[in-house]
Amino acid sequence: MPLTVLFFYIALAVALFVLDFRFHAIGFLRQGIFVLTVPLQRLSQVPKNFLLESKRYFYTLDSARTETERLKAAALVAALDLNRVTQLKSENDNLRALLELRRREKVGGQAANVLYTARDPFSRRVYIDKGSQQGIREGLPVIDSKGIIGQITFTFPFSSEVTLLTDKSQAIPVQIERTGQRSITFGLGNGQVELRYMPSNADVVIGDILHTSGLDGIYPAGFQVARVTQVARDNAYAFARIVAMPLADVEGHNLVMVLDIQEKSPLPVEQKNAENREDY
Amino acid sequence: MQTPNHQSNRILRPVRPWFIVLSILIALLLNMLPPRQWLFMPDWVLLTLCFWSIREGQKIGMGVAFCLGLFMDVADSAALGQHALAYVIASYTASAFSKRILWFSLPLQALHVFPIFLATSALQIFIQLVAGKDFPGFAQFLPSFVAAALWPLLSFFLLLPQYQPEFRDETRPI
Repeated sequence: MPLTVLFFYIALAVALFVLDFRFHAIGFLRQGIFVLTVPLQRLSQVPKNFLLESKRYFYTLDSARTETERLKAAALVAALDLNRVTQLKSENDNLRALLELRRREKVGGQAANVLYTARDPFSRRVYIDKGSQQGIREGLPVIDSKGIIGQITFTFPFSSEVTLLTDKSQAIPVQIERTGQRSITFGLGNGQVELRYMPSNADVVIGDILHTSGLDGIYPAGFQVARVTQVARDNAYAFARIVAMPLADVEGHNLVMVLDIQEKSPLPVEQKNAENREDY
Repeated sequence: MQTPNHQSNRILRPVRPWFIVLSILIALLLNMLPPRQWLFMPDWVLLTLCFWSIREGQKIGMGVAFCLGLFMDVADSAALGQHALAYVIASYTASAFSKRILWFSLPLQALHVFPIFLATSALQIFIQLVAGKDFPGFAQFLPSFVAAALWPLLSFFLLLPQYQPEFRDETRPI
């Protein structure tokens, strides 16, 4: 009798696994169970929050003062750039208008706290404290102050799951800042990303900054992603092996920002008479 | 203190159902605390589940194991069914061997449950490999060792409420 029950549950578990993994058909079940886990999750955050709060409480006047000085200096430097940016932006808008280019999409966003990371050593995912009730949708990009962190992959009513750019299933179209060459980063699963399908003679050097190219219509163009840390060229392979380190504090637990892209960039119009073109 | 097993003549009080629920809730909470990132952190839910499956196989069985597994799947954002399958098999094995295990002292009991923990992590890693992930390294088996080492301590604490005497002597100093 227990053996029958055992096989019943095994069959059930395998069926759930297949439905979830192959067909992604039971998101509602996951959402339902997640609602049950929320109280425990919140409770488990209490010790961490308590430690953080007490640390903030014992923050001394001296460190606050040095911090203010540092921030003032930083603000001065930033103000210099900011002045130029407003001027450059208007100039850029004019130039774009002249060139009849579509204006860059307006990007808004909302800040969120990282609640916790998934316990699973296989996945690079974190949970944040904003969900579908706050207008978070699946697919939105997530950044921190230094660059791209990842993408919303699942939303619950009051929290959502962010797949980090270092996850194996995460790919981001990027552009090398120095040369303007386009490529795609793939997560390696160990806190780094890899540039795949770059020819072994590609012009990439260590220290190159990668920023989003905006080609996928998900990540807006111009956000920094990673810095190249390792370039291995082996003539035995057609492609160079290029590894880059994310610039953002991807594996840290900090404040993040979910970008809200107001208007989706339209997909390129299929060219009807492509075969008649002579310029390629 | 004499270990309450089938060899000893110590008689335990019946377990209170709310204590089982409480212990499982605490185990779930422990599984969700930030230290779960540590490599050697045991799966507390599995540990508690195995304990109650051995001690109270009539109350805690595969149904509870399945529900707890689904809960952990969602909490860990693993594929649904990964923990559920592992917990159900662990619970079945534990209760199937309970009649044998309960004849031994606590350290020997730990040696008996150790293979269950080991097989459970192996099963979970296997499911992940099926799902197309990489092998995470043998360090993933470390929590099984820790869990087995914690077994005597856990048994002691989870049996504490049942050590109380049937008739409490109010005039007793302690």
